[in-house]
Amino acid sequence: MSHASLTPRRSSLRGATLPKWFPWAVAAASVALGLAVSAAAGLQSSIQWALIAAVCFVGGNYGVSARVEGRRQAKDRVATSLVWVAFLLAVIPLASLIWETLKRGVKVLDGYFLSHSMGVVSDTEPGGGIYHALIGTLEQVGLATLFSVPVGVLTAIYLVEYGRGRLAKAVTFFVDVMTGIPSIVAGLFILSLWVLILDMGPSGIAGSFALSILMIPVVVRSTEEMLKLVPNELREASLALGVPKWRTILKVVLPTSLGGITTGVMLAIARITGETAPVLLLVWGTNFINTNPLSGPQASLPMYIYLQYANSGGEGAAYDRAWAAALTLIAFIMILNLAARAIARWKAPR
Amino acid sequence: MAKRIDVSGLNAYYGSFLAIEDISMAVEPHSVTAFIGPSGCGKSTFLRTLNRMHEVTPGGRVEGKVMLDDENLYGAGIDPVAVRREVGMVFQRPNPFPTMSVYDNVAAGLRLNGSHRKAALDDIVEKSLRGANLWNEVKDRLNKPGSGLSGGQQQRLCIARAIAVEPDVLLMDEPCSALDPISTLAIEDLIGELKERFTIVIVTHNMQQAARVSDRTAFFNLAAVGRPGKLIEIDDTERIFSNPSVQATEDYISGRFG
Amino acid sequence: MDTTTATHQQTEPPTPEAGAERAARGATRPGDRIFLGLSRGSGILVLIVMAAIAAFLTYRSVLALSENEADFLTSFEWDPSGSPPRFGIAVLAFGTVVSSVIAMAIAVPVAVGIALFITHYAPRKLGGTIAYVIDLLAAVPSIVYGLWGALALVPHLNGLYGWLDDYFGWTGVLSWSGGPARSLFTVGILLAIMILPIITNVSREVFRQVPRTHEEAALALGATRWEVIRMAVLPFGRSGVISASMLGLGRALGETMAVAMVLSPVFDIRASLLEPGGGTFAQNIASKFNEATVMGQDALIASGLVLFVITLLVNGAARLIIARRKEYSGANA
Repeated sequence: MSHASLTPRRSSLRGATLPKWFPWAVAAASVALGLAVSAAAGLQSSIQWALIAAVCFVGGNYGVSARVEGRRQAKDRVATSLVWVAFLLAVIPLASLIWETLKRGVKVLDGYFLSHSMGVVSDTEPGGGIYHALIGTLEQVGLATLFSVPVGVLTAIYLVEYGRGRLAKAVTFFVDVMTGIPSIVAGLFILSLWVLILDMGPSGIAGSFALSILMIPVVVRSTEEMLKLVPNELREASLALGVPKWRTILKVVLPTSLGGITTGVMLAIARITGETAPVLLLVWGTNFINTNPLSGPQASLPMYIYLQYANSGGEGAAYDRAWAAALTLIAFIMILNLAARAIARWKAPR
Repeated sequence: MAKRIDVSGLNAYYGSFLAIEDISMAVEPHSVTAFIGPSGCGKSTFLRTLNRMHEVTPGGRVEGKVMLDDENLYGAGIDPVAVRREVGMVFQRPNPFPTMSVYDNVAAGLRLNGSHRKAALDDIVEKSLRGANLWNEVKDRLNKPGSGLSGGQQQRLCIARAIAVEPDVLLMDEPCSALDPISTLAIEDLIGELKERFTIVIVTHNMQQAARVSDRTAFFNLAAVGRPGKLIEIDDTERIFSNPSVQATEDYISGRFG
Repeated sequence: MDTTTATHQQTEPPTPEAGAERAARGATRPGDRIFLGLSRGSGILVLIVMAAIAAFLTYRSVLALSENEADFLTSFEWDPSGSPPRFGIAVLAFGTVVSSVIAMAIAVPVAVGIALFITHYAPRKLGGTIAYVIDLLAAVPSIVYGLWGALALVPHLNGLYGWLDDYFGWTGVLSWSGGPARSLFTVGILLAIMILPIITNVSREVFRQVPRTHEEAALALGATRWEVIRMAVLPFGRSGVISASMLGLGRALGETMAVAMVLSPVFDIRASLLEPGGGTFAQNIASKFNEATVMGQDALIASGLVLFVITLLVNGAARLIIARRKEYSGANA
């Protein structure tokens, strides 16, 4: 077994190794170089110097390491630096998104903003608020939840507790398909049914129907997962006591998985709250307070953001309102998300 | 190329938990050394300190010296990657790369070091598979996935993969615990052949196995759960199993505990 | 969230109760019958809704297509209210594909990088925190991305556009005349940022499932960290990353509001990706619907049907890959 020519033996286990601070030094040098080049060439965009710095960082790591440590180590360092660059590249826009929303959103976000509509304010003037949009969002999302949760939970129960055979397979498949429907297509469907065929005008409830189409598959999926986590022993124990199956499901299975189902429903609500496209098609949006979801155009938070942006005429006042509404929307969704996770953790199966 | 291992004053930690304490021993080249002891006594942890695998576990860290001939594995400037190339390892459960063929599994370590010449590679793959007593069984399906073999064959494939890079030392962490008796026998025979070329250290739960395959046996024990594991004694296998010098070893071997 | 559904696909269903259906059929109790009826009814309702979506969209589309004088697939025109109506989806198909391709080209490598960062590079605590934050970012609604894209991202892109024009302008594909950066290229960047969290989350889950033993096998052969990733992590996670990308692609294809807010639409195909122009299926529907005539709405519905079919295929492919992956990953896990 001699293949010394193939795998040259290093006489020692010692490789020349660069010190621990080396990548940090390269990073610092790259940032400095990026800034210097930008200043020298008069580049105005932060994207440019960041890209220069990123290229220097990866290149510097490879060059030095290939000389000192050898090719394999150099490759390893390139991979490491690329992964770091990918991470930073992604963090910058995402952090900027949060930062801009916070910075520009807090300008007009106050009690007045939350409690007044746009009824007497023109889109280009300062003042006004999102009261009407809050009402619209709460009603539309509330109705959608009302439609989706029973259908979703019952479908999941069918799939887990009863479902065998072709019907269950078909339902599983089409729930999968439904999760992928673009929201605008869901909106188009309700529109072609509601407005074009039944000849009804725009209303909050039409929007809720479209939102339900987006919400049902999410509820089904998460509920299904939770029901599957309930151990069979529990069901059998109950059935063995002579409890009918439907009571077993209602009294044993559902309570056991209630925490998880609640989490899933809250995440689903968080998801549809931000949907704009179906609302745009079906509810239209308005500047006035409309508390009746059954008739007439209604506002909603995401729709409000869009209208303020689209009708601003480039005025700062409208942009400020759009950012404040975006901040409100994000806050609402984040609270739902965090609460959902808190419930999931608290109710986690032990 | 077998080398001698000399451990002195070795401690291994998981975070702040001291898992094994103050271990010193020598492992002779061209011999099989077996580690035995009750579960949790740190014999696997100790094995993993011999090729610096312990430190890949989150929180894992080591104090002390492990000399491989005249080089301290934990010395300054030592590259752990180079260490693992010199000290090969076979794991408890067979772990061939599932997406690679039998051939690619064996060649995996060689390719890392940049050998790509097909003919030479073919040669080493065949030699390694023969060395692992697997060649006749897989020569017709070298391009089939390694995960399609039986458990015993997979483990021998892993041994072939480990010896293909010609390490100095071969560490085996309970290599037969997931195998049936016939496969176990095949591996035990193989270990006897491999010691001609390598220094072998094997962790085993099975005392008959230790008695059958090893030249020297080390017994590890721990005072209580949550206390660090320690080396109780190391001696010729024959002596350990007939006339150990420590009472605890005799108790363990005769089945009085553990 | 999309991510939860996607990862759920990968968990094995537990062995169901044997003979549950038989037991249910044999049930004579009214309670049992009502309950089974209700839950089965809900399942059937889902099927009806899906069938209705397909049927209604097709019906309205056929109405529009039968009047259409232009070739629906290849025409560059969009004048459904004219007489005779002429409209085609070539521009929309081009815009949708181009913006999605740009988005995928940026998002997939970066998302894989972040997923690796979280699972294999970052210190454990930091990795967990980042994973959590990215999870939350997946919930940020697209309208907010749109607002941010239009008001914060677009002004920042002028420098980059200038560069691209300076160095690659000669290709014609990346030339720029200095207008606002509201082109398909910007849409691609914004979509990339939007689908990044989804792809990252699913990939991270897959990378985390890589059996420890495979990584140790590579380590014990003397592999560097990158070589471990190349030998053990990426091969194991490849199909997962592909299906994650498909889910991201599905979302990018159907994204409406963010595109509508960032793109300055010109219903035409421009040679340069940096010039305003083009449109996507979803954006076109959202910006034209409320002012459209009945014929115009039907034409838009026809384009929506095309989008529906495309996303169906993409999501179907993603699921097929996930299902295939289940078959062979179990052996040594």
